[in-house]
Amino acid sequence: MSPSAPAVPPQSAASAQVPDAAGRFGEFGRRFVPETLMHALEQLTEEYARTQADPQFQAELNALFKYYVGRPSPLYFARRLTEKCGGARIHLKREDLNHTGAHKINNALGQALLTLRMKKGRVIAETGAGQHGVATATACAHFGLPCVVYMGEEDIRRQKLNVFIMRTMGAEVRPVTSGSRTLRDAINEAMRDWMASVADTHYIIGSVVGPHPFPMMVRDFQAIIGRETRQQCLEQIGRLPDEVVACVGGGSNSAGMFYPFVEDASVKLTGAEPGGKGLKPGEHASTLSYGVKGVLHGSYSYVLQDSDGQTQDVHSVSAGLDYPGVGPEHSYWKDTGRVQYHPVSDAEALDAFHTLARLEGILPALESSHAVSLAQKAASGRKKEEVVVVCLSGRGDKDVYEVARVQGQTI
Amino acid sequence: MAFMPFITAGDPDLATTQKLINTLAAQQVDLIEIGFPYSDPIADGPVIQASYTRALGKHLHVNEIFAAVREVTAGKTGRQRDKETERSSAAKSSPSLSVSPSPPLPPLVAMVAYAIIFRMGSEAFVRGARDAGFAGLIVPDLPADEAQDLARLTSAQGLDLVQLIAPTTTEARTKRILETAAGFIYCISVAGTTGVRDQLPDELKQQLKWLKTQTDLPLAVGFGISRPEQVDELRGLADGVIVGSAIVKHVAAIAEQGVAVETALGHVSKLAAGMVTATHKSS
Repeated sequence: MSPSAPAVPPQSAASAQVPDAAGRFGEFGRRFVPETLMHALEQLTEEYARTQADPQFQAELNALFKYYVGRPSPLYFARRLTEKCGGARIHLKREDLNHTGAHKINNALGQALLTLRMKKGRVIAETGAGQHGVATATACAHFGLPCVVYMGEEDIRRQKLNVFIMRTMGAEVRPVTSGSRTLRDAINEAMRDWMASVADTHYIIGSVVGPHPFPMMVRDFQAIIGRETRQQCLEQIGRLPDEVVACVGGGSNSAGMFYPFVEDASVKLTGAEPGGKGLKPGEHASTLSYGVKGVLHGSYSYVLQDSDGQTQDVHSVSAGLDYPGVGPEHSYWKDTGRVQYHPVSDAEALDAFHTLARLEGILPALESSHAVSLAQKAASGRKKEEVVVVCLSGRGDKDVYEVARVQGQTI
Repeated sequence: MAFMPFITAGDPDLATTQKLINTLAAQQVDLIEIGFPYSDPIADGPVIQASYTRALGKHLHVNEIFAAVREVTAGKTGRQRDKETERSSAAKSSPSLSVSPSPPLPPLVAMVAYAIIFRMGSEAFVRGARDAGFAGLIVPDLPADEAQDLARLTSAQGLDLVQLIAPTTTEARTKRILETAAGFIYCISVAGTTGVRDQLPDELKQQLKWLKTQTDLPLAVGFGISRPEQVDELRGLADGVIVGSAIVKHVAAIAEQGVAVETALGHVSKLAAGMVTATHKSS
C-alpha cells in the first residue's frame, strides 16, 4: 500500500484507527459511568495522549520491558505439537516467560508509569485469577507505590498462591464479598473505591474493558505482543503468519496480539472463548459467541445478561476467563468479521494443557490452553507450509491445584 | 425545602414496596425515588447493593416493578387516586376503598441503571415508566455526554431525565450537563458511593452557591444524608435533600433480622416525619 494512495477499506472492514475521541470502536465502547468518574477519565485520556507522544515515556517503558520483564519474549517453533497435528507449523509467542509469568505485566508497568506521571500516589486494581493482581503488585513494588487489590472471596480461596505473592510484594488484598464474589464483583468494588479516591488514586484496570480510555490504553500497552510477533515472523519465517490464535476473556492478550495485524488482510485472526461445560447460562463465559449487546462496567459491548439486563453468572475452568463481558474492540472485530471467535470447552482446554506439557515441556496457563486447543484444530486443517501463531499468554504453575482437583487428585 | 426519600423496589417484596410508597406519601414527602435493582451497581454503597442483591435473588423483573407501581398510582393499593385519575373516574362512582383521607401521591422517579434501559430498549422502557405513572428517570451511569437520545425520548413522553453533578464535575462540564437537565439537579454531596456519612464537605456549599447562579432548576442533595441536622446545614443552599441508605436499612431489617413489616414501616414513617418537619420548616 503506497502512502500517497491509501486503499480505502470496504465499509465493513475493521480499522486500526479506533477508537475515536469519544471512545467508540464502531458502535462499541464509550463511557457509561457515574458522573463522579467523568472528570478523571477525561484527565486520564489527556495524560495518556501526552505520554504517547513523549519519547522519554516510551524509552522508560521500553527499558522496563527489556531489563525488568525480559522482553522480547521468544517466538518458539513447537515441533512436536506441529507433528502431532500434521498440518501447519505452530509457533508459540512465549508471554509465559515474562517476569511474573504472564502478559499482564506489560499493562501493569505501563499504567504504573502513567500513575507516576499523573502524580497520583496510590494504585488500586482488581483481579480474578490473580495474575493481574500479581503484575500490579509487582509494578507497585518496583516503583514504591501503595497498592490495594480487590479480589472476590471465592477467587481468594481458589488462588491462594497468587494471594500470598501479592501480599509478599506489599500489596493489600481486599476480599470482595458482594454478588458472585468473583472478578466481576472485584471490578465493581475497585470502581467504588475509585469513586471515593479518584483525586489521588489511579485504577490500573487489568483488561481491555471499562470506560474509555481504558480499552484503548490497555490494548496499546499489550500491543507489544503483536508487534514483536510480527517482527519475529518476518525474521524467522520470512513472512507474516497465516493465522494468529489467542484466548479471550476480557480480551487483553488477544487485543494486544491481534491489533498490530488488524490491517494485514492475509492474516486470519481467531479468538478462543471459554466454552465451559455447556451452552446453558451459567455454564460458560463465551460472551462473543452467545452474548447480546449491552452495557457492563462502563462500556457498551457484548455481554452475558438476562432479558432484564442483569448480568448472568458465568463459568470457566480458567479463573482468568471467567468474565461475563468482553472488551469493546473485540465486539467491533466480531461485527466487522475481522476476528472469528469460537468457544473451547473446559475439557478441550484441559486436554491442551496436558498435550503441551507432554509434547513440548511447557506448562501453559489454563487461559492459554484454550488458545492452544483451538490452534491445534486450525493447524490440522492447514497445509504444512502454512504458519499458525498462538499467544501463550501465561504459564500454568498457578493452575496445578485446580487441574489436580478436576482430575480428582490432591497435591 | 423538599424531602425526597429513596426506596428499593422489591425488597423484600413488591407488596412491601407499595406499602412504603403509601407510608411515605402519608408523611407528605415531596418526591419518591424508586431504585430498580441491578446486578452491578457501581455507584451504590453496601446497604443499597445488598437490597438489590436480595430483590434479584427473588427473580424480580422490571415489568413487575412497573405493574406494582401502576397499582399504587392508579389507587388500587388502599389509598386515594391521584388527582387526574380521580377526576376522570369521579363521574362513575366514589372510591369504594376510601380509607382515611390521604394527600395525593408525590411524583415518583425511577432510579435505574442504563444496562436495564438499554436491554429493554429506551423507547419501551420510557413508555413502561410513563404508563406506570413515573414522573421521571435518574440514570446514574448515563453521563450527560451519552444522554441526548434518552433525554429526547423522556421529554417526548412528558418525563424528566434528571442529571447528576458530582464534586468532581468541573464548571465547564456542569454547563454542558445543564443543557440536557430536566426536573431537578441531583447534586452528589461527596465523591464516592451512596451511604450514610457524618459530615457534608465545605466544598459542597461553594458548589451549590455557584450552581444557583447557573440554573433555575431545583438543587437536590444526595449521598450521605440521613439526619434532620444535616438539613439545617443545607438550608438556603439546596432545594431538596435525598435520603436513601438510612431508609433502605430500616427495610432491610425485614429480610435480615425478621423484623415485622409494620415495625419497619413505622421506623421509615418516623424518619420521614422528622425529615419532612426539618425540610418544610422555613421554606
